[in-house]
Amino acid sequence: MFNYLDYVREKNLPHIWCSGCGDGIILKALIRSLKKLGISKDEAVMVSGIGCASRTAGYIDINTLHTTHGRAIAFATGVKLAKPNLHVIVVTGDGDATAIGGNHYIHAARRNIDLTVLLYNNFIYGMTGGQVSPTTPRGKMASTAPFGNLEPSFNIAGLAQAAGASFVALGDVYHVQQLDKLIASALQKKGFSVVEILTPCPTAYGRRNKQATPVDMMNWLKDNVVLKDKLDKMAEDEKAGKIASGVLWDVEKPEFTSEYGKLIARLKTEKQTKE
Amino acid sequence: MSKSPTGKIVMMQGNDACAEGAIWAGCRFFAGYPITPSSEIAEYLVRKLPKIGGTFIQMEDEIAAMGAIIGASLAGAKALTATSGPGFSLKQENLGHAVMAEVPCVVVDVQRGGPSTGTPTLPAQMDMQQARWGSHGDHGVIALSAASAQEMFEQTIRAFNLAETYMTPVILLFDEIVGHMTERMVLPEKGSVEIVNRRHPEKSPDKYFPYEKTENGIPILANFGTGYRYNVTGLCHDDSGFPTNDSKKIEANIIHLTEKIERHRKDIIRWRELYLDGAEVAVFAYGGVARSARRAVKECREAGIKAGLFEPTTIWPFPSEEILDIAGRVKAFVVPELNLGQMAREVELAAKCRAEIHKVNRVDGDPITPKQIVDKIREVV
Ligand SMILES: Cc1ncc(C[n+]2csc(CCOP(=O)(O)OP(=O)(O)O)c2C)c(N)n1
Ligand code: SF4
Repeated sequence: MFNYLDYVREKNLPHIWCSGCGDGIILKALIRSLKKLGISKDEAVMVSGIGCASRTAGYIDINTLHTTHGRAIAFATGVKLAKPNLHVIVVTGDGDATAIGGNHYIHAARRNIDLTVLLYNNFIYGMTGGQVSPTTPRGKMASTAPFGNLEPSFNIAGLAQAAGASFVALGDVYHVQQLDKLIASALQKKGFSVVEILTPCPTAYGRRNKQATPVDMMNWLKDNVVLKDKLDKMAEDEKAGKIASGVLWDVEKPEFTSEYGKLIARLKTEKQTKE
Repeated sequence: MSKSPTGKIVMMQGNDACAEGAIWAGCRFFAGYPITPSSEIAEYLVRKLPKIGGTFIQMEDEIAAMGAIIGASLAGAKALTATSGPGFSLKQENLGHAVMAEVPCVVVDVQRGGPSTGTPTLPAQMDMQQARWGSHGDHGVIALSAASAQEMFEQTIRAFNLAETYMTPVILLFDEIVGHMTERMVLPEKGSVEIVNRRHPEKSPDKYFPYEKTENGIPILANFGTGYRYNVTGLCHDDSGFPTNDSKKIEANIIHLTEKIERHRKDIIRWRELYLDGAEVAVFAYGGVARSARRAVKECREAGIKAGLFEPTTIWPFPSEEILDIAGRVKAFVVPELNLGQMAREVELAAKCRAEIHKVNRVDGDPITPKQIVDKIREVV
């Protein structure tokens, strides 16, 4: 059997997540990917924001930095630039990354700095009890949208792509084998990589939105998250409400820490030739 | 007062001297966002840092810059950010994270007038209390000031040393007068300046607790990537670095954040005195205003008026004991400031009614002249 415990801080268990929460599934997928790629615990850093998703940092036995709401990517930028050889993984929620932290999200993408962002999208503010998030679909209920959400929601994967990320993928906690592959690819990619991961929050979202049980929510993921290639081939009426998954964007472009490293090297040779 | 240093004589702007001081202190990471009157610090370091293997980054805002220096510091780099009032306001939440997580770093605030956008290009000293109480929650704060380019250089080095010694962010409260003044200063001889570097844990990783107090009551945080895997959080935590709901541990955590600074007041607090012996009136002045105050007390003495000057170079923790001591010997304090009395309030608290407090305030964007201070001293005497 696969051993997770060597990458888990066992003494911090049981975790704080509700039963039926998808966040633990993502933690396990990440551990499988790290082990598969042979990334040692000492060379991996997790930087997280504030929210249920961000609590992942307490349970994984690597270098972990739990920051302030929305700012994980900014802190991670400092870690990465100061020690470029570290694998820096950002764990963040949909509100954390795209409401309060939206500015850092797009600018890190623009810089194409080598961070792996695991963006847990549960369509709601889980930790604070179910307020509306930038990804809450129109018409859905939240404690601060009791008459149904009036606002359109963010396409957060598309946002990262448009802002300049070099790798963007979407996965979910039902299709875990695919999720493993996406996380592993994101970790391997040199550049700003985002995996948006759809994950159920039965407590704050499901309860209010006719997905009363975790099973209902898993079934919803099973039926509605479809591989991009497959979705492209589907008839228009079949496509309605479906979400494209898999690698959505993967390009090669200059990465910020390497570019900065080259600048340091260039200035060094210029100095030597002058001397 | 520090001895006149020997070394290379240069002409330097205060802000450049601060940036140069940072490099001397071992700073190898700067993250910032442009704002007058601090931008020269960034513009100096963007050229210098990559040449010595360091990193400069202009972030998307001041919140991000503050976050980035905390991240860089945890990865082992001595890290700096520089800003002015509006940016300093934005940094407050993450500044509190550095306090709570005990991450050494240095934040420069070259003050301008506020509130809001205020007077971007004019001198003021309106962030004195923001530095103390701007971030939420109880905690100790170290903040230093400077009255010359030379002192901006020296205080920046001292700020890094204090940050590393006490594992805390240190704030440099400068003002536009000094930041933008170009004057003669001495760059000391290499190796003649005391530099404090980060301590590394002696215990093996399996016996290591990041927030365990060492002999001076201060923890040692291992640099990320060195084999010590631990957790850093802005939540109340115990010695292990993990969040806690245990009321005893929460209390210990919060009290420690104040006590670790208070207990070392003697080491942290520094000041300069001029003619305080036998003075009837003590002027309390700092930063750019201290220069006018020096001239004022000299003129008074020449005119036979017994005036002296107390010039704190450490603003926080506040030199309360020293003020109380002086209060017992003088008739009154005169406190000139480029605000409506932010530090006069502290002087008044510290003096415990043993001396009168008279304020000289200016908030019109002009500096306080020696004459204004002399006039007030004459009035008081
Ligand atoms: C500056 C600040 N504002 C608000 C909060 C309160 N807060 C904590 S978590 C959170 C939202 C979390 O939602 P999300 O990022 O979607 O993560 P989830 O809990 O759903 O995983 C909010 C608003 C905070 N901690 N800090
Ligand atoms: S509130 Fe939602 S996101 Fe938070 S732990 Fe519970 S199920 Fe998970």
